[in-house]
Amino acid sequence: MANRAFAYYPGCSLHHGVAKEYDVSSRLTCRALGVELREIEGWTCCGATSVHLSSRLLAAALPARNLALVGKMGLPMALACAMCFSRHRYALHEMEDASMREKVAGALGDGVPADVEVRHLLQILDGVDIKASRSLDGLKVACYYGCLLVRPLEVTGFDDEENPQAMDRLLASVGAQPLDWGLKTACCGAGMGLPRQDMVLRLTGRILRQAVAEGADCLAVACPMCHYNLDSYQKAIGGGLNLPVLYFTQLLGLALGFSPHELRLDKHLVDTGPLLRSRGLV
Amino acid sequence: MARIGVFVCHCGTNIAGVVNIQKVVEAVQLLPGVVYVADERYTCSDVGQTSITQAIKEHQLNRLVVAACSPRMHEATFRQAVARAGLNPYLLEIANIREQCSWVHSKEKEEATEKAIELIKMAVAKVSRDEPLFPRKVGLTKRALVIGGGIAGIQAALDIASAGIETVLVEREPTIGGRMAQLDKTFPTLDCSSCILTPKMVEASHHPNIRLMTYSEVKAVRGFVGNFEVDILKRARKVDESKCTSCGICWQKCPEKVPAEFDRELGKRSAIYLSFPQAVPNKPVIDLPHCRYIKFQEWQKNPQGKKPMECRICEKLCPPQAVDWSQQDEMVTEKFGAIVVATGFQTFDPTGYGEYGYGRYPDVITGLEMERMLSASGPTGGEVRRPSDGEHPKTVVFISCVGSRDEKVGRPYCSKICCMYMAKQSIMLKEHDPEIQSYIFYIDIRAAGKGYEEFSRRAQEEAGTLYLRGRISQIYRQGGKLMVMGEDSLIGRQVEIAADLVVLAAGVEPATGAKELAQTLHISYDQYGFMNEAHPKLKPVETNTDGIYLAGACVSPKDIPDAVANGGAAAAKAMGLLSQESLVTDPMVASVDPMKCISCFMCQEVCPFHAVDKQKLRDGREVAVINESLCKGCGLCVASCRPGAINLRGFTNQQLLEEVTSLWR
Repeated sequence: MANRAFAYYPGCSLHHGVAKEYDVSSRLTCRALGVELREIEGWTCCGATSVHLSSRLLAAALPARNLALVGKMGLPMALACAMCFSRHRYALHEMEDASMREKVAGALGDGVPADVEVRHLLQILDGVDIKASRSLDGLKVACYYGCLLVRPLEVTGFDDEENPQAMDRLLASVGAQPLDWGLKTACCGAGMGLPRQDMVLRLTGRILRQAVAEGADCLAVACPMCHYNLDSYQKAIGGGLNLPVLYFTQLLGLALGFSPHELRLDKHLVDTGPLLRSRGLV
Repeated sequence: MARIGVFVCHCGTNIAGVVNIQKVVEAVQLLPGVVYVADERYTCSDVGQTSITQAIKEHQLNRLVVAACSPRMHEATFRQAVARAGLNPYLLEIANIREQCSWVHSKEKEEATEKAIELIKMAVAKVSRDEPLFPRKVGLTKRALVIGGGIAGIQAALDIASAGIETVLVEREPTIGGRMAQLDKTFPTLDCSSCILTPKMVEASHHPNIRLMTYSEVKAVRGFVGNFEVDILKRARKVDESKCTSCGICWQKCPEKVPAEFDRELGKRSAIYLSFPQAVPNKPVIDLPHCRYIKFQEWQKNPQGKKPMECRICEKLCPPQAVDWSQQDEMVTEKFGAIVVATGFQTFDPTGYGEYGYGRYPDVITGLEMERMLSASGPTGGEVRRPSDGEHPKTVVFISCVGSRDEKVGRPYCSKICCMYMAKQSIMLKEHDPEIQSYIFYIDIRAAGKGYEEFSRRAQEEAGTLYLRGRISQIYRQGGKLMVMGEDSLIGRQVEIAADLVVLAAGVEPATGAKELAQTLHISYDQYGFMNEAHPKLKPVETNTDGIYLAGACVSPKDIPDAVANGGAAAAKAMGLLSQESLVTDPMVASVDPMKCISCFMCQEVCPFHAVDKQKLRDGREVAVINESLCKGCGLCVASCRPGAINLRGFTNQQLLEEVTSLWR
């Protein structure tokens, strides 16, 4: 497959450490699959959870600044973080309204390109011809998409809102056995971990217990926030939960022959070692 | 010499509140040819009409203009008034100074007055060129066609036939009965649906004036009111109905089993089958795409893949040898004077609602599937069982408005029947098994109808059904249960119910092919495919095409009493039409001057009603001629005629020219 180049936006979580492993594994797998990720020079925060609650203009203008940079690179944009993906798609959606577009351009002091293509890694890797060096061999993966990746459809523009399939397809193509389960898009509690930990424990507990009940060996995620909630609260939820939570790029990386160390699998709180050893993936 | 009278109507304050009537009257008096002007408070009233007839007689008027509302409203009324005075009713023109003037210019009174004068000026100019026209009489075929054999169609056919009129009832399924035949009980009386329907089905099949054509479809319609010519495709049953005794051996022994459509695919039927035990006609039909012998024959023609079994078991075992492979589809052409369309509805396919998991979770079913399960002749013999494991459910959740009142799926309308059938099914479930607890998630409970509100309360009070106001956000499987997550919006709390069975109250939509049939019949339909009445209040069973009537749920969602009443109403209209000895045609149609026609036949190409024929003159020339029975007077041919050989009576080129030029005289 010919090389395809994208303007890569890591975002704060992937850049500053919380989800460094997502960044590392994304770059590794993409390189191995002939997808070139060129980091956008001078990218800034998308606004994440807080900005769109306080200012509609700022929530569009922050991603628009990045979109302008991407426009100058002349490449489609690639994102890994579900939140950043959602914010950039929202900005495009908001700017379909001409008056909003004008306001954003005014705030930036510069024009905003209209035709930037904003894509999530899952969209980019979906359908790529993958030569796996080892099969995930029936690993039962509960693919978890969370709230922002595929909803609302008119903003994200891909996959089935209620029963998304892109991650399932991708991991099935390297031998995993994705589960048909019901909480793929159920909320994990997002940023409520500090103000309302009880609620996050209830929501993450429900997702994790359901995945275990369906026989999952691990969860695959595409969002640093979801990963944080699902991975780090398992002890607090209790009930002997011990379900590894991996980024889908890490699972893909394993199939492509990268080592757990290269994929930074040691960064998770729930130990992935026993699972990988029992499956012969290390 | 034209002696024109003008009546200016106040229409209460509708016109007089905006237009200065006094000024109008003064201006109109000066127009050429006008010899009499009067103004009336309500010209359409008895008093107003009497003054018209009196004025015509007293002032020897030979032309009349009424300046009032739209001709759609009262042109016919005023024509009658003119005729009563002995004048040809087509020597009348209407100047529309209400809809096209006072109503739209209510804030510009002076300009409105000027416009009213101009409109009347034009009408006066046109009426001076009016000529008397004479309607023709045409014969009519005293036979009726009813399309669709559900309860509305059956009722219409029975009522028309009982008036002594020969009626053909066409149904595309192998049996009549429609949706009602699939139901278990009916709300709010809990009558057994088939017990009250099957006698009517049998009556229809035995009625001396009704001919059933099941497994047949209307393919083409030609002609016009009183004289329709209809092509009906009779599909081959491959069973000789005159020989078959319905003994049942064939469908019991047929080795090919396929999902039964009538049971909403919850059960199986054989390739030769009877839709349900009380089917009318009670004769089986062979489903050709699934029949093994047909597949064998196809293989013989084109031997590819494994050779199928020749089978023919039904033929070999049939005692009266009724299986007839030689039967072919057949197109028959029949003549009718009136047509009643009663094509009914189908239920909305809820697969599009991903959050409910219909199609993914076998224990999420639709209301109609529940009906089949509740029915004693259904696939489970009347026992309610989970499709996944056959267990008896104990907790059942109903979700209302699935494919109704939802812009997202393009169905913003209320389906009307769902609130009641959910209440009914929850009562029936309790009767089947007192341990069953039903929950109904609703938006509003719509129980308008005789005994409906009481019935809905009965579900709550006697059957203990819990009504929760709110929508469902998601359903997912946990163990053997379906976790139903939603909101109780009355207490503002999230609820989660572990259900054994979920019933989606799938809404009502027009039957497949309704749009295409409407196009075949040249009748209009709305954006959903429901057929349009001529007037939603005053002409609920008529269409804009004379002689074609509507009944039942093909117009809008209807319950059984509404559909039956509708069937009777459509029948009454058809009977009224067919009780006449002859029909009067509208004389305002096109006519060709053969001397001017240059035989280009452009008119024939543009005519949407196929009303232009070719006619050979004695000098050998072939010219266009209008079939006055088919012509609707649309005027397309007039505009297309290059030599100006065509004129539309009532709207001749001379009349229109006079009307337009009057504006600058």
